[in-house]
Amino acid sequence: MVGISPQDVVNWLVPGRELFLALHVLGVACFAYIVWKRLVPLLRAQRDPRFDQPFMRLGRVFKFWLGQWKHPRYKFAGTLHILIFAGFILLAMRAFTVLIVGVSPNFVMPGLSGRTGEIYDLVTDYAATVVFLCMVVAASRRLIFKPARYAVPAKYGKGHTADAIFLLGLIALLMVADSLFAASRSAGHLQQGQPAEALAAFSLPWMLQVAIGSMPLATLRSFNIGAYLVHEIAFYFLLCYRPFGIQFHVETSLFSIYFSKLQRGTLKPVRWGVSDEQLDQVKSFGVKTFEDFTWKHMLDFYSCADCGRCADNCPANKVGRPLAPRFLTTKARDYVFQHYPVLGKANNSHPLIGTIYSEDEIWSCTTCGACEEECPLLVEYIDKIVDLRRGMIDDGNVPQSLQKPLKALESRGNPYGKIEKKRGDWAKSPELGPDGKIKVLDGKNGADTLYFVDSITSYDDRMQSIGRATAHILTRLGKNFGILGAAERDSGHEVRRFGEEMLFTALRDHNTEAIKAAGVQSIVTADPHAFNALKHDYKDVPPVEHISQVLAREAKSGNLRFNSVEKWLEDRGHVYTYHDPCYLGRHNQVYDDPRDVLDSIPGLNRIEMQRSRDRSFCCGGGGLMLFYEPREEQRMGVVRVRMAAEAGANVIVTACPFCMVNIEDAIKVAGMEGKMSVIDLAELVDQHMVCEGCPAQAQKLETATVGG
Amino acid sequence: MPRIFAYIVHRGGAVDDSAAELVAAAKKIDATVAPTAILTGSGPELETACSAIGSGFGEIWKVANAALAYANAELVRQALVRILPAGSIVLVNHDHFGIDLAPGLSIKLNSAFASDVLAIDGVEGNSLKLVRQEFGGQVNSHVHCDISSGAVLNIRPGAFKPLASLPTAGAVVDKSSEVGTLVARRRYLETIVAEAGDVDITKHSVLVSIGRGIQEKDNVGLAEELAEVLGAAVSCSRPVVDAKWMAKSRQVGSSGKTVKPKVYLACGISGAFQHLAGIKGSPFLIAINKNPKAPIFQVADVGIVDDLLEFLPELTKKARELRGVAAK
Amino acid sequence: MEILVCARRVPDTSENEIELNAAGNDIEREEFVYSVNEADNYAVEEALQIRDRVGGNVTVVTVDGEEGEEILRRELAMGANQAALVSDDTFNGSDGKGVATILKAFVQKGRYDLILTGVQADDGAAQVGGMLAAMLDYPFASLVNSISVEDGKLKVSREIEGGNKEMNEIDLPCVLSIQTGINEPRYVGMRGIRQVASVPIPTSTASDLGVDQGAVGESAAKVKRVDYFIPAASKGAEILHGSREENADKVLELVAAKGGLK
Repeated sequence: MVGISPQDVVNWLVPGRELFLALHVLGVACFAYIVWKRLVPLLRAQRDPRFDQPFMRLGRVFKFWLGQWKHPRYKFAGTLHILIFAGFILLAMRAFTVLIVGVSPNFVMPGLSGRTGEIYDLVTDYAATVVFLCMVVAASRRLIFKPARYAVPAKYGKGHTADAIFLLGLIALLMVADSLFAASRSAGHLQQGQPAEALAAFSLPWMLQVAIGSMPLATLRSFNIGAYLVHEIAFYFLLCYRPFGIQFHVETSLFSIYFSKLQRGTLKPVRWGVSDEQLDQVKSFGVKTFEDFTWKHMLDFYSCADCGRCADNCPANKVGRPLAPRFLTTKARDYVFQHYPVLGKANNSHPLIGTIYSEDEIWSCTTCGACEEECPLLVEYIDKIVDLRRGMIDDGNVPQSLQKPLKALESRGNPYGKIEKKRGDWAKSPELGPDGKIKVLDGKNGADTLYFVDSITSYDDRMQSIGRATAHILTRLGKNFGILGAAERDSGHEVRRFGEEMLFTALRDHNTEAIKAAGVQSIVTADPHAFNALKHDYKDVPPVEHISQVLAREAKSGNLRFNSVEKWLEDRGHVYTYHDPCYLGRHNQVYDDPRDVLDSIPGLNRIEMQRSRDRSFCCGGGGLMLFYEPREEQRMGVVRVRMAAEAGANVIVTACPFCMVNIEDAIKVAGMEGKMSVIDLAELVDQHMVCEGCPAQAQKLETATVGG
Repeated sequence: MPRIFAYIVHRGGAVDDSAAELVAAAKKIDATVAPTAILTGSGPELETACSAIGSGFGEIWKVANAALAYANAELVRQALVRILPAGSIVLVNHDHFGIDLAPGLSIKLNSAFASDVLAIDGVEGNSLKLVRQEFGGQVNSHVHCDISSGAVLNIRPGAFKPLASLPTAGAVVDKSSEVGTLVARRRYLETIVAEAGDVDITKHSVLVSIGRGIQEKDNVGLAEELAEVLGAAVSCSRPVVDAKWMAKSRQVGSSGKTVKPKVYLACGISGAFQHLAGIKGSPFLIAINKNPKAPIFQVADVGIVDDLLEFLPELTKKARELRGVAAK
Repeated sequence: MEILVCARRVPDTSENEIELNAAGNDIEREEFVYSVNEADNYAVEEALQIRDRVGGNVTVVTVDGEEGEEILRRELAMGANQAALVSDDTFNGSDGKGVATILKAFVQKGRYDLILTGVQADDGAAQVGGMLAAMLDYPFASLVNSISVEDGKLKVSREIEGGNKEMNEIDLPCVLSIQTGINEPRYVGMRGIRQVASVPIPTSTASDLGVDQGAVGESAAKVKRVDYFIPAASKGAEILHGSREENADKVLELVAAKGGLK
């Protein structure tokens, strides 16, 4: 028998060339058409300038896309995903080569000839095997182990298990077809005494080759052609099917991550490219219909892989509020698939509230950012929620419980409706020098630093203690500081996040003017919400710091020193844990400073809760959220207090007045008074810091009922 | 001095408690005369009511008319306008019926109108000196009312304490024939009775009643716990119902239930009269409120100025101890 | 349906203590902010909802000085079709009857099927609606907490004792005074108010409306407020000054003594 050259074996595919070509053309055409249809809503969307800072964006692609940065946060699922992702990346060239080989038998991918090609083939044999095994594991997770976060409550629509299994099966099939193609080809070569491509030992192609190696040549030929056909069809089917479900992220994730939001703590403007002055001309605010979303936000809807991590970390979801970030996305995706069908005309501009979203759902969010922190694809939620709220505010669709504080903010500059002139009444303490008052920067008095107090600390009896503690500390550290007093208005942080942009603008403008008139070089605040507002929502104000940042620096430099309170702490058996406020931690990345301050207090025993730092669990939300009456099964604060108890702590230290309100309340609701207490970082430092000539110090410890 | 009339509300033959209060109010205008009672209605119920009227009234004017079987303010007004002499002073209880009737009546009688009168300081010439409350009871005002062409006064329920030892009521005078035909452009259809709640607050001897001071729904539990230990029921004021923190069936007040407990613990209730109007039988009233100037402290027997959310748990704890000891 | 809502500007006193002025004849108004009376706002919302169901126009009127524009703009932003300010120096010091007389003149210049007022103002007497109806000889219902429109008539329920509802049928035109809680008024933000900032608000004077000046103003008022005073607290509660613990003990003792604990 005359020897058959390797080309002859490959030529098994030759008779099918026309068919394969036709399938290629059809597959690519279908895919292009579907993608075009998916792009249609994006072209009708609001503008969203995301084309700046290409290097920074590419860096994020390397980190979050190629580097799969967020995935290990869920160890098992994350590892599985990294393996599949790596497999796909590795297999991409191989898949294209196989596809092209059907029409151009001698095609070799440039750069993959010779030795490199052989190594590549061996590596990808394993890659295909790993991906195949991952599919089996993933399917068994979905079918047998059923992690809770994949469940879809009936109110949010149907589950995606069937869809997921189908896709996993398709990918597995693709891997098998690819392997069988290689195995049959290699087996053919061997049978004919030809130099055969080496298959990686114990890989899927290798095992298949062992299995079919002794079959007749004609059967191998059928396997080869059959495997090719199945591979080609499965490939294009998968390509065209993915844009109909959760697997579309394979295509869109790269773009989603490239165009992802770069600045934490910020909010998108009402309309990109419309200045504050032009806002009056904007006909409609916020998102009311699907087309009011920006194109990037629509892209997010396509990119979500429905992994459930956002909802798994969402405090609102945890306490049974009618919100889970994941379903905000999947409901919007269902909407866009239905209203922008691949076949047929777009049917658009329906209101979203009352149809796919409920009012309570949108008001339930505390903007804590846990979902965004967790999302491997960097899907944005807060901007969307705020845009939906802007739409509701614009339509007058606001819960009665929020209308009163909003009106009070408009008329009085604080949500409680208290008189402006009493805003600075808290600022009295015998420790603050001879007259016992904090300097009010009203033009007559000047200072280097402004202490921005904000509403809750100014008016709430309990929180005023945080204000006084902050003032004591600043005084003892020798800072030349003052407050705005009656001239201060609410920072507007929550006003803005509740969607009342115009009211926010008015508050911001008032404060900006007052701050400028005060002529200070820096601002300090003990309220992370005010901190975030001044840092990200305000323009042209001096740099702002949270008190914990000042304290950490002063402790490091030795300027801030503490009394020897080891014995005092020991006697009380206090075990401290630090609760990260969302707007200090996640939104501004201040995690270490407060901890460093705590650790510099001698003898202070500090432990971490399981959910800490960027996985901190929201206390229940600040500002206007205190007035909102959500439907919920339990309070976030109660959940949080139990977490602290579970960790073994009996004192929660926080650094935000709203955390204080919520946690203090929660301790009562949970019936844990006497077993758990809460103290603000500033209050704690005020109690223990060294202060020469402070006769009140000993007495302060004497009367300290909370947290030492 | 113009003649003084009191419009008397009655139901099912029983005269409303406010009748005696109207006598007391009338005596503040002129201690020397007995006011004339006016009762409208039809059938035996009206007869029973006329004979059941308490002491202190002079004549009793009876207006029987089938159209007045239900006290429709529009029809009652027509009837009163036809029988009242010019320049009369008419006292009406300031409740949902009085609010419906009195302002329009004053126009038709071309007399002065004063609403929700809290106290009467007598008459000087043509000027009747009154006290009213404003801004939810935060401030009062002295008001002068010109009675030269008569007046209609709405008297706040509970503001005038019934007087003791008054002469028996006078004779019944039938005024029905002077009324003639009554035509209504507003027709009474039916009364929809509020759904009975799980707990009947009118039957409890101790009520732990909560107001706006409870701050949020989750804190209602603090009151419920205390009530459980005390064997009491939790009731509330209107804002609590408006906020949907408690069912309407728990509301005490003019638009809610009228209760007659022995002890009433007003927790975080400011003390608006609409609420107080629902508390009858002079219970021992203990008020807990953060604001020392809350009007509730003016009517309470004992007051505690404290944060409700702190005080209630303490009280529950103490009550548990007490009950626990008692049980042994 | 042509609907008129009579609204009023009142000081917002809910969160701040009211103090008397130095002379003691008025409350300290310097620190007040004003807003539309709460019940009136419910009335406007109800009017808007009726209009949206059956068609027509909603006009909001207020008797006030120039400052009255502030609340009219708010109601325009809510969605009222027109607003009207009735203002004249001779109106100052009018009592309830005087205000009703002015409103009657305004009503007679137009054509309204339904007139709504709030049931009562914080510093009011729950009187103007009933008086206006009597002057116009329209039927009237107070404390209305639901309205349905039925073929030239309305079916309304009134809030009466015990949480019960008194159902009535009432002919049009009529006057209704609206109880709070009848609906959930929509929110009006700064943006809404700015959007109607340039909508002209017509002002009518006494002579425009043909109001008999002898029937309004202070001279015609039969009911006059002489002064304000803070009610004496002397007859009030015995305030317990003990510690929280002592107070709790005392309360329990009292509850038991008064027959509360069995």
